[in-house]
Amino acid sequence: MKNWLKKNGKNFATYAVVIIAFIVMQVLSNAGVLTRSVKGYLIPICVYIVLAVSLNLVVGISGELSLGHAGFMGVGAFTGVVIAACLKGVIDNDILRLLLAMAGGGVVAGVAGVLIGIPVLRLRGDYLAIVTLAFGEILKNIIGNLYIGKDALGLHFAFKAENLHLAEGGKKILEGPMGAAGEKLATFGVGFALILFTLFVVLNMVNSKEGRAIKAIRDNRIAAESVGINVTAFKMKAFVTAAVLAGMAGALYGLNFASVSATKFDFNTSIDILVFVVLGGMGNILGSVIAAAVLYVLPEAMRSLYDYRMILYAIVLIVVMLMTWSPKFKQMVQIVTAWIKDSVRKLFKKSGKEVGLNEER
Amino acid sequence: MTETDLSAFVIDCQEREETVLSFIQSLINGISIGAVYAIIALGYTMVYGIAKMLNFAHGDVIMVGAYISFCVTQYLGLPPIVSVLAAMVVCTLLGILIEGLAYKPLRGVPSLAVLITAIGVSYFLQNAAQLIWGSAPKIYPSVVAIEPVQLFGGQIVITGQVIVTVVASVLIMVALTLFTGKTKIGKAMRAVSEDRDAAQLMGINVNRTISTTFAIGSALAAIAGVLLCSTVPTLMPTTGSMPGIRAFTAAVFGGIGSIPGAMLGGILLGVIETFSKAYLASEFSDAIVFLVLILVLLVKPAGLLGKQVQEKV
Repeated sequence: MKNWLKKNGKNFATYAVVIIAFIVMQVLSNAGVLTRSVKGYLIPICVYIVLAVSLNLVVGISGELSLGHAGFMGVGAFTGVVIAACLKGVIDNDILRLLLAMAGGGVVAGVAGVLIGIPVLRLRGDYLAIVTLAFGEILKNIIGNLYIGKDALGLHFAFKAENLHLAEGGKKILEGPMGAAGEKLATFGVGFALILFTLFVVLNMVNSKEGRAIKAIRDNRIAAESVGINVTAFKMKAFVTAAVLAGMAGALYGLNFASVSATKFDFNTSIDILVFVVLGGMGNILGSVIAAAVLYVLPEAMRSLYDYRMILYAIVLIVVMLMTWSPKFKQMVQIVTAWIKDSVRKLFKKSGKEVGLNEER
Repeated sequence: MTETDLSAFVIDCQEREETVLSFIQSLINGISIGAVYAIIALGYTMVYGIAKMLNFAHGDVIMVGAYISFCVTQYLGLPPIVSVLAAMVVCTLLGILIEGLAYKPLRGVPSLAVLITAIGVSYFLQNAAQLIWGSAPKIYPSVVAIEPVQLFGGQIVITGQVIVTVVASVLIMVALTLFTGKTKIGKAMRAVSEDRDAAQLMGINVNRTISTTFAIGSALAAIAGVLLCSTVPTLMPTTGSMPGIRAFTAAVFGGIGSIPGAMLGGILLGVIETFSKAYLASEFSDAIVFLVLILVLLVKPAGLLGKQVQEKV
């Protein structure tokens, strides 16, 4: 029992934190404490938590720097919007439609993940980073020039507006650089369910044979290969799982706004997600959850500072990185804490003698 | 040959000549923007080769350089050459400052941590620029005052910017090659890039060498900023970020860490970009550029001129 708890305690803590946060938010929301704008952040926060956790699977657990995660999010978002628009009128239940759209977004993003993973995962280190960046930009570029319309005959695809040839009464779903006209189907409950699903998938994967193999590859590729681990296959599993989850999150994101455009899913968004992962701690799933939530809210919370908020965000980012990583800073912290401990102990010793508590050294 | 045949032949020749000329014009434009990428990529490659870090703030140093030069010519009314020098001085100091404050404390920690810090610096520079100069784009007047050269009766125009950019990039490449090959500090740089610990044991001041590299890289960024804005005249706080990414791609393309590689990668990237805009689909030029990069990396994983390093257990 003790061993079991030791092994799984951290996972339970992760689930517990997420569930408690959800309940607190629900209660606050029902009590009417939350303003409209705060409620508006809830679903994007869910989306970014899922993105951060899934990217952590690639960057933290698998040890591959991926700079194109937003590309998968974009693929999922646009697939989700198209599926939701197609099923409109076929399925009346909005939640079911949303779930189907998310599943579709996940599948298509997963397929993109397989196609990209085959060439990418053969490369190493910074080259892998630049190729994932390149793929993210390619995905963005293609989505940004894709036109999809729907009419009585079915779906029409084109890369130019005039080639769409829609029949009478047809409707454009995706309009190239103008983006897609989505619907607001997303709910906080579904977002929360998606987080739980993501945690379930990722935590189970990490604590399984797959996870151990992936971590072995991360720590020493050659040694892992020599004990018979198929390096490419296991890296691929992590990469595609992350892509599927990012696609689902993307679909949720796309169906949360009245319109989405491809420029949202660019390099900067990928970088933002990476920042969540690194600040939360690489390989630390709970860390990703907290970092994504806090860092998403931080610039919004600093809105009263107007122009200074992004510069403050940048400074916070640099200072946190220096504080967590700089050896000198760590040394300084150690010296200061040792000094405080020492002086506290001395203080206690002095007063302790009188009371007779000086066994403690 | 009848007269109609002859005139058809003449027309045919003229058409061919026009296609050839427009091809040459595209090539020149491509080389021009490619030369700007090459200068940025040279800075990236220097820093990467020696500090082994992706300096994502490099693109924003370019933007700062362009703004400094803009201010010196517009507000102080000084000649363009002074503005370039001023931009170089400011960017060099900025580079040393950034390196000392943000990167030096993180020496020896995992490269991803340094990467995130670099992203923080990049955000900082962009937002600081927005506070100082505002987010509205400024029209950057070209610093080059050379008359355009016209060939084939004006069918091919080589502007002054093109000449200056190409000449500058070649000069910089040659100078950097000589610098790293012949001078003492250049040799120290190569030693540090090959094996930092061994270099330190040989009495090389690693910290100072890395700072010098950042200084040189930032001075190059200033020149690149001026030339970039002379070619594409809108100047905004985000001006540097996309060319920065492109140039980073160019550096990887040519083999990161290699000076001629950065030059070759930059020029090729510029030419591919212009050609895909002129002959293929202009809206997919981004996708085409990155697709070529991926294909090259699949065939030659270390880039065109990069060295393949064998891993040892």
